[in-house]
Amino acid sequence: MSGGNNGGNKNGVHPTPLLDELEDGPWPSFVTGLKRLRDEGGGNCAPIMNDLLGQLERSYEDRKGYWKGGTLSVYGYGGGVIPRFSEISEEFPESKEFHTLRVMPPPGYHYTTDILRKLCDIWEEYGSGLIAFHGQSGDIMFQGCTTENTQKAFDEINKLGFDLGGAGPALRTAMSCVGRARCEQSCYDEARAHRGIINRFLDEMHRPSLPYKFKFKFSGCGNDCVNSIQRADFAVIGTWRDDMKVNQDEVKAYIAKKGRKYMIDVVISNCPTKALSLNDDDTLEVDNKSCVRCMHCINVMTKALSPGDDRGASVLIGGKRSLKVGDMMGIMVLPFIKLETDEDFEKLEEFAETCIEFFADNALEHERIGETIDRIGLPAFLEAVGVEVDPNMVNHPRTSCYVRTDDFDEEAAKWFERQAKKQDQPQNMK
Amino acid sequence: MSEAQEKPRMPDEVGVPDHFQYMHPLLKANHGNWAWHDRPRAGVLRHVSKSGDVVYTVRAGTQRQMDVFTIRKLCDIGDKYADGHIRFTTRSNIEYIIADKEKIEPLIEALEKEGFPVGGTGASVSMISHTQGWLHCDIPGTDASGVVKSMMDFLHKEFVRERMPNRVRITTSCCQINCGGQGDIAINVQYTKPPKINHDLVANVCERPAVVARCPVAAIRPAMVNGKPSLEIDEKKCVCCGACYPPCPPMQINNPDSTKIAIWVGGKHSNARTKPTFHKLAVANLPNNPPHWPEVAAVVRKIIEAYKADAKDWERLGEWIDRIGWKRFFEMTGLAFTKHHLDTWTGARKNMNSSSHIRF
Repeated sequence: MSGGNNGGNKNGVHPTPLLDELEDGPWPSFVTGLKRLRDEGGGNCAPIMNDLLGQLERSYEDRKGYWKGGTLSVYGYGGGVIPRFSEISEEFPESKEFHTLRVMPPPGYHYTTDILRKLCDIWEEYGSGLIAFHGQSGDIMFQGCTTENTQKAFDEINKLGFDLGGAGPALRTAMSCVGRARCEQSCYDEARAHRGIINRFLDEMHRPSLPYKFKFKFSGCGNDCVNSIQRADFAVIGTWRDDMKVNQDEVKAYIAKKGRKYMIDVVISNCPTKALSLNDDDTLEVDNKSCVRCMHCINVMTKALSPGDDRGASVLIGGKRSLKVGDMMGIMVLPFIKLETDEDFEKLEEFAETCIEFFADNALEHERIGETIDRIGLPAFLEAVGVEVDPNMVNHPRTSCYVRTDDFDEEAAKWFERQAKKQDQPQNMK
Repeated sequence: MSEAQEKPRMPDEVGVPDHFQYMHPLLKANHGNWAWHDRPRAGVLRHVSKSGDVVYTVRAGTQRQMDVFTIRKLCDIGDKYADGHIRFTTRSNIEYIIADKEKIEPLIEALEKEGFPVGGTGASVSMISHTQGWLHCDIPGTDASGVVKSMMDFLHKEFVRERMPNRVRITTSCCQINCGGQGDIAINVQYTKPPKINHDLVANVCERPAVVARCPVAAIRPAMVNGKPSLEIDEKKCVCCGACYPPCPPMQINNPDSTKIAIWVGGKHSNARTKPTFHKLAVANLPNNPPHWPEVAAVVRKIIEAYKADAKDWERLGEWIDRIGWKRFFEMTGLAFTKHHLDTWTGARKNMNSSSHIRF
């Protein structure tokens, strides 16, 4: 244990005049936390943090980063650790290795204080004492470990029932919203889908062998609190098929409180498909066939309105950020999959497996599945993963006439056939 | 090494842990059975179950990059007021679940006393989602935690109240890969010069065909430089995106003077009202100026003030701009509209106005 002045940093602490300026102000300061580790941290936290602060101050002076990557993992796995080696380790030797362990949190980020304290104790003993709740990848980021201690830290964390997340060309750590643990708008059991899918394909996470990263995210409704459409290769978003539920007494109570003009301006006029109409008696009329489940009116009138009972999810495929062809949002591929019974969840997991297999077999190196779909066209992708076309997949049909349509009649026959038995098979999976 | 002789421990491949073991008992008891919610005050949610149970959630901001002492302090508060349970939001806010209404004010007091601002709910500016930056990333153009701290210090008053037209989601990213994601306002590194190549290192460090393939505009080609196999860049073609830097660190994209910051506006995750949108360029070429990034803060402040003053209730920043038009956005924020705001990437034509709709 280090202790006493400067946490046993025998050569004194590095001055940090620029970082010191980030200790003022009303927002909690990460610099104050780093300094406390420097001054009071156990294990090797104090010397590591002293040199880490020294290097970070240098970055602030030079406006330049000083970390380089490398290769490092734990026994039995090929990913999940982000190696960092300092480029200026002669000056800051104690933080020359500052690796991160990506650890998968429970879905919805629930913790007991007991488990958090145990994780803290491990990280104070083997790491730097710095933890991020949570990284943009969705992981708990245990930041700052030496090469030697990485295995030891992982072993202790793993014994508590936590596992490494994804990194590199692999299945990545997923995220899900708070969902049905505390949200009445949740349309399926997000955490169940999340755990079911990720835990089924752990091999793809821990032993990276995909063309590039593959991310799942789970949101309980169209509010998409985990930003799945823009960031996930496979986005699962809650929705419902039957009518939205309206409590007319609460509608009247809302209007009595907020006024009719406010109701019209904020609720009625903001409906994207003009599916709402206010009756003369201050009750609400909903055109459920036109409603697109956007969630706006339900967000505004939480007591009066709620999703219907026939709940499930939509799946959108292919979201990603800019590198390298530009931003892509996911494309609606399964407009509705019922998610209630064991068989329903099994079906979703099987579809996920089909998509991962398609990706593994067909994507080029460093290509995300959205880019693959753009390269081969959506029809070829749908054919490969066994999904029938559906008008919900498009904003509008094609505008370009450059397409060969000599089999149009056969394709149309398939459509009419599907329409005829729609009652039996409302989902568009083959 | 002695460890090498010991039999290595095989990982217990447990995967994603079961959340129920950590979940507050009242959330567990009412799982999937919630009826409605409201917000009694900023930073506090009330959820009512169909069973009649009521839980209050108190939300507070954290610095995300937390030392173990801070986490233990948050745990102490959780033990005292929230039955030893906590959860985090996707924006790194901490939440305490309590059943006893009488505990709300003492809990808020305890959090504020320890420096954790209570807020981030409803129509507020919530915590900025951020990346790693100079603290840990191998390719960062700027810091993340410092930018976020600087912005949240002046946005604090909008975190603890709900007086924006709708929620404001801000993101930061330390390179153009944009790990911070889409936001109402996105504060992102924007490189302005092509990478500087250290030709002595390329052959040993970089897989050259992979680097050539990584370039989105085919500006990189293999070349012999000073008798060594290396790469060269067509600087006229280069869009300075930095995509070649991660696979080939000798192609240094970062430079203290040419690494700049751009601010983007109008991104939206939610499907509420309008479909999700990407953020759009508002201003580029702001200096990367630690420790407070004052030029960035000034622009963020201007945008937030204009939005707050002019947007209607429930209108997100991008929806507000859709209503008033980009011309008025640039007028109201005092920002310049330049040729660089005209998209030139694939699909750019879709972003142009092909109608007679104009605003005077």
